[in-house]
Amino acid sequence: MVKPTQVTNAIRALRFAHDEMTQAELADRVGVTRQTIIAIEQGRYSPSLEMAFRIARVFRVGLDDVFQYPDTEGDPS
Amino acid sequence: MAFEEKRAWVMILVSVGAYTLYVATVLGRAGDGPLADISYAGTLLWTIGGAIVAAIVAHIAMAIAGGHGADRADERDREINQVSERIGQSLVVIGALAALVMAIAELRHFWIANAVYLAFVLSSVLSSVAKIMAYRKGGFQTW
Repeated sequence: MVKPTQVTNAIRALRFAHDEMTQAELADRVGVTRQTIIAIEQGRYSPSLEMAFRIARVFRVGLDDVFQYPDTEGDPS
Repeated sequence: MAFEEKRAWVMILVSVGAYTLYVATVLGRAGDGPLADISYAGTLLWTIGGAIVAAIVAHIAMAIAGGHGADRADERDREINQVSERIGQSLVVIGALAALVMAIAELRHFWIANAVYLAFVLSSVLSSVAKIMAYRKGGFQTW
């Protein structure tokens, strides 16, 4: 079943905090297209773990500082 | 708009355009006799070949017009492509099953060939629509 992603992110805020980095610049440094960065920022795409690490590495922060997941959604049932 | 999304639009235009040309050409030959007697094979093969060449030429033209790296694809593009191809292939299976039933029923080759061609066209269109929806709306990931 297709569900919207529960993952949220702070990429937009992090970009502005890093000298107003453009989406194109972030895309180049991560090695993806600008459209993919836009889709991630808008919550239309959940990146792979590897891509998530690459994004966090660009901003020199931890994964949790870039991506967040609601506590209640991750509880095992 | 993502390069692959543009390619999907081109595929819809090329597939529908080629099939429309084929149907118009074949029906234009229709006389008083049964449809299955119409000469169709050459037109069918030419329109399929023409559609493939047109799609390749359009891809190259878009890549050149977009500049260096315009046709670069990343993992999201590959995921969307896999999902949309899988959706489109469902119609190829349906077309193959239809052709099988028609062959068992000993229908004329005309009907079997046209059923398979229609399945190819619908598969291409469905796959391209699924791709466009995935790029625009997201939601193609199953978690």
